[in-house]
Amino acid sequence: MSGRNRRGRDAMGVGLAAINRLAGAAVIDRLKLRKPIERAVFEGSKAGFRSVGAANRTFAAVQKRNRPERPGPAPGRDLFDLTPTDEQKMIVEATREFAAEQLRPVAGQADTDCTAPDTVLKRSVTELGVTLVGIPETLGGLGAERSTTTGALVAEALAHGDMGLAVACLAPAAVSNALVLWGDETQQATYLPAFTGDDVPAAALAVVEPRPLFDPFELRTTATRTPGGGFRISGTKSLVPRAATAELFVVAAQLEGRPALFIVESGSKGVLVEADPGMGLRAAATGRLILQDVDLPAGALLAKGDDSAYADCIRLSRIGWAALVCGTGRAVLDYVIPYVNERQAFGEPISHRQAVAFAVANIGIELEGARLTMLRAASRAEQGKSFAREAALARRLTAEYGMQIGSNGVQLLGGHGYVKEHPVERWYRDLRAAAIMEGVVLV
Amino acid sequence: MTINLETPKKFDMLINQAHQVSTEIFRPISRKYDRAEHEYPKELDMLASLIDGMNASGETNTGARGVRRKSGAQGNQNGSNMSGVLSIMEACWGDVALVLSMPRQGLGNAAIASVANDEQHERFDKLWAAMAITEPSFGSDSAAVSTTAVLDGDHYVLNGEKIFVTAGGRCDAVVVWATLDKSKGRAAIKSFVVEKGTPGMVVERLEHKLGIRASDTATIRFTDCRVPKENLLGSPDIEAEQGFAGVMQTFDNTRPLVAAMAIGCARAALDEIEDRLKEAGVEPDYDRPAYTQHAAAAAYLQMEADWEAAYLLMLEATWMADNNQPNSLQASMAKAKAGRVAVDITLRCVELAGSLGYGENSLLEKWARDSKILDIFEGTQQIQQLIVARRLLNKSSAELK
Repeated sequence: MSGRNRRGRDAMGVGLAAINRLAGAAVIDRLKLRKPIERAVFEGSKAGFRSVGAANRTFAAVQKRNRPERPGPAPGRDLFDLTPTDEQKMIVEATREFAAEQLRPVAGQADTDCTAPDTVLKRSVTELGVTLVGIPETLGGLGAERSTTTGALVAEALAHGDMGLAVACLAPAAVSNALVLWGDETQQATYLPAFTGDDVPAAALAVVEPRPLFDPFELRTTATRTPGGGFRISGTKSLVPRAATAELFVVAAQLEGRPALFIVESGSKGVLVEADPGMGLRAAATGRLILQDVDLPAGALLAKGDDSAYADCIRLSRIGWAALVCGTGRAVLDYVIPYVNERQAFGEPISHRQAVAFAVANIGIELEGARLTMLRAASRAEQGKSFAREAALARRLTAEYGMQIGSNGVQLLGGHGYVKEHPVERWYRDLRAAAIMEGVVLV
Repeated sequence: MTINLETPKKFDMLINQAHQVSTEIFRPISRKYDRAEHEYPKELDMLASLIDGMNASGETNTGARGVRRKSGAQGNQNGSNMSGVLSIMEACWGDVALVLSMPRQGLGNAAIASVANDEQHERFDKLWAAMAITEPSFGSDSAAVSTTAVLDGDHYVLNGEKIFVTAGGRCDAVVVWATLDKSKGRAAIKSFVVEKGTPGMVVERLEHKLGIRASDTATIRFTDCRVPKENLLGSPDIEAEQGFAGVMQTFDNTRPLVAAMAIGCARAALDEIEDRLKEAGVEPDYDRPAYTQHAAAAAYLQMEADWEAAYLLMLEATWMADNNQPNSLQASMAKAKAGRVAVDITLRCVELAGSLGYGENSLLEKWARDSKILDIFEGTQQIQQLIVARRLLNKSSAELK
């Protein structure tokens, strides 16, 4: 093979294809010619599944205010400081504990099952209040001012437990944060109350579409205005977390040539959900959201279609993904250090070899650099400063080095890294998502 | 106590001053002294006086002498370690070699600021001090010092040869690493301030180099060179490992400075290539995915991201120093990242600019030569990785060699 492999099918290929079809035929099974193979739970039971959106609760405006409630920007700061506030320390400590005790132990099984245990999702709401951080106190949440950094620190701490489960837990918060940031008074009154109680609905911010070189600023999902003042929206969104159970989506679609965000209730006619399991993030139960001429009311459009709000949404979600990578990257580092110190080869710990030790050093260096970049972006965002540059750089670093860290995590464990006894193979699969995902989390 | 990674307004004036010096003084003479290797950049004398004046009047010391650690301050501090790297970075955006040739801004001054007692600090503060560690027989293995210092009455008698002494030809004094007793290992290694003109100290030759040609790199020989014993920096006692830890502490302060040089030099190349690419119709967009843009724009975004990581690692290391937190790990991380990123960025920018970048009409090719030393001196890339690895893995230098 020199250059692109251009060989076509020849006589031998035709023969092989025939044998392959035969090998897959059911008759062989009936004749008990094959040992029973373990069925891949998700692929077998769900890959062919397509259903209408999850049964929907009724969202209705109860107490409407005269104007939307939004947290103001955090006060500007002057001195460089890497010390979190006391409140952040408390929140992060609680989240770390939750990640270590509730997420990490069930992460392997959740990955296999392609779903997050209900108890975990519930506890993320009742014990951690993942949605409350971004919602203002006046609307039943905890936030007084913008807390992008707190959101990022929480995402990081959760992903140290498991990235897939972290995404599953954080998915509804992306929708409530979008409503807080860009919803008008009616949208907030209609949807936000559901996110401040104990029974937070599954919800997702759907941006990604299934095509190479996907660009969130040029969407194929399109919305058009309908005569009654509403919208009609069509398109396919991929890797949507908890898609099958989500009751509410915020969907990115092109409106009059510009990207915008729409609120879509899962019960709307024309909403279909299909399983879309990926290489990783399997605990997040990712699915495709298929919108076929879905009619939306006039009030479905967020931020009046303002494209600077849309750009901020993409940037904030990239900061969220960068934070997730920092958490899982740290998990890799914390896992490989004791392993390479204990594993013996040639009469000494393998960490006594520079080839191994330098790989560990580089994980540490790149992780710290990416983390600082992510924190700078988050901190700028909440202070109301421009952050397009910083968010982009945090994403580039976590895309590049997050994957490198995932790969080296497996490499340092050698064959043991490749098998499911150790979590590094899962982190390898999860970390590939960082460069691909848009939306989904919003800090 | 709130996370913020912007630098404080109080440093703006200092950074701006450094920027003006870079643009108005360094850049115009940058190529001239790259070509005229070993010729003294006389323009720098006046500038040095100007900077001394700024130091005397301002609240913080700039540059190399700003690394002295102060204790007793309460609350979050952004002090002279941070302002030092910011001004050095800005100045090196102008020209690294000229910064290395700045009177009284030598790494020896940083060493004095790091380990001298108050009396010595006062006495040597006005000197332009170079740093002499490396010998012909060793580079990275700084515990292998074979230059000897023997106490004889009120003097130490130094014998040995030092190479790669930056500004060794032009400086007023040299901070020399020598051993009091080779058999006692690292603990016996001490640093001595040797003033120029001391009998027995001879500058033997200057090197011809790949880059930083405006900066002189000297070989200095010490033959029965008698140095007053009060010129020994720190404690003269040989305490197990304590002493070496003392001289090594210099590096916690100087490595962020060298990182700053790398970051300044890399920024110069990035700024230049951004302009050249724009002329060629390529403008990177931060929001669009890198891979949907021109390959040169994608390359720019990756370089910019790596630059940002190095810059913030450098700030973190100095912030810790300003707040009296141990920062060896962070200083080495900053130096490792900045060193390799500067080489990658400056070389990539030459490639992107093509023959325009390779030719001497542009400074891009010069920056690509200058940057290489920044991944070598004050501890090579590999030494930084060793330090980071030992810290992360909790290994001694005997275990992880």
